[in-house]
Amino acid sequence: MSNLNVADLLKTVATELKRHLQQTGIEKPLMIGIHTGGVWIAKQLHRELGLEEPLGTLNISFYRDDFTRIGVHPQVKPSRLPVTVENRHIILVDDVLQTGRTIRAALNEIFDYGRPASVTLAVLVDRSGRELPVEPTVTGTHLELDARQQIKLEGPEPLRLILLEPELPVTQE
Amino acid sequence: MKQYNIQIDENGKLRHFLTTEGLKRQLLVDILDHAENFTSVGNRSVKKIPLLRGNTIANLFFEPSTRTRTTFELAAKRLSADVLNININTSATTKGESLLDMLRNLEAMHCDMFVVRHSQSGAAHFIARHVAPHIRVINAGDGSHAHPTQAMLDMFTIRRHKKEFADLRVAIVGDILHSRVARSQIHALTTLGVHEVRVIGPETLLPREVQNLGVHIYHDLHAGLANVDVIIMLRLQRERMTGALIPSEREYFELYGLTPEKLAFAKPDAIVMHPGPINRGVEISSEVADGPHSVILEQVSNGIAIRMAVMSIIMGNRFGNDEERE
Repeated sequence: MSNLNVADLLKTVATELKRHLQQTGIEKPLMIGIHTGGVWIAKQLHRELGLEEPLGTLNISFYRDDFTRIGVHPQVKPSRLPVTVENRHIILVDDVLQTGRTIRAALNEIFDYGRPASVTLAVLVDRSGRELPVEPTVTGTHLELDARQQIKLEGPEPLRLILLEPELPVTQE
Repeated sequence: MKQYNIQIDENGKLRHFLTTEGLKRQLLVDILDHAENFTSVGNRSVKKIPLLRGNTIANLFFEPSTRTRTTFELAAKRLSADVLNININTSATTKGESLLDMLRNLEAMHCDMFVVRHSQSGAAHFIARHVAPHIRVINAGDGSHAHPTQAMLDMFTIRRHKKEFADLRVAIVGDILHSRVARSQIHALTTLGVHEVRVIGPETLLPREVQNLGVHIYHDLHAGLANVDVIIMLRLQRERMTGALIPSEREYFELYGLTPEKLAFAKPDAIVMHPGPINRGVEISSEVADGPHSVILEQVSNGIAIRMAVMSIIMGNRFGNDEERE
């Protein structure tokens, strides 16, 4: 089993992200975390990279493609983008990338605020199960998981990655 | 036999929104929480989110309205729904088509939701009982019965200024008799657990049954406003008055019109609300309507967020149920 230590993975993402920003010559990027786990990760990265612009947060529930199945949930905090995204280089941060649907929704929402110059995707865990052509620019680790296995980030203090194995089928009389 | 509430579905969720009466507190709080999230959409460059894309909402207004109809229309459009505005005075009902025939036609056009405004109490309930099962109905005001989205936007405005409902004294002033807004507000305020609801007005404009709603009745504005946190002024509905219920507008203003002097009886941080349209110099003076205590224009903005919340909750519940049936 790979290392699921959040601190180690965060260090990898931060290092890779710094290298990526240097290589591409991006200055003053705008970091945006996706509620809820992505925001926890983004806060740490934002501090680690010493970014000047305040952190943005995104609640993609208005853009989800499963509204017709599950409706809306009011618990998640609304999106907050303190700086205009127009013509800015954006680092989009999430905890786990699986189907790619969350990122699709996040990109749609970002484009409703303006036209960014570029979007870089940083995720803590890139796991198997993609349903859309979405790939991370920077990732802490890649995991090949069974479709029934779930990995989720618990937090905010301390941040912990939990791997949930599928429950054994219960036989009913 | 089990009590049947037409606006609640088999899962206890909102199917139609016809009245604030008899709804559970959590349901009202959910609407307010959703609206809180939707307010941010109005501040963005693209004031649109894709939640109701592909849905068709028909505004059926059998009675004229500007504010309510336009905010319902804006709310639906911000949710990316398609909107039909049907002004019934100029439509086929004048050619003798029955209401039910008109509903059948709109159903045949694959509408998903009707927003209904009617001068007869119970009109929205009647429509909700007779529409096809997949169609949802929102009451945008029926006679002197109910105006639930107005009441909820008022609750939202109060919550944004005052936080805890349990601590509040709220006074509703004026023409309670003709006011569907007041009835819906009283039910919502009571369910949300405010400390005290007062109604203030002349005897001729306070219906006797209002006592049964658990409110305190005042005929004197000075006494009624003492120590209140929220003042809701109601429009004098002259168009619905058939008899001589008030001596004159001038005298009404003397006794019940809100002026800076009378506002001083309330708490220093009291907010002043009015569902609009306001009759300046009849129930409220311009100094108060445009003054620092007034949140009247905020109510209008909040109306869009509340209507987005109600529409998306109801449509979300509908989808959820469709899924289960499959």
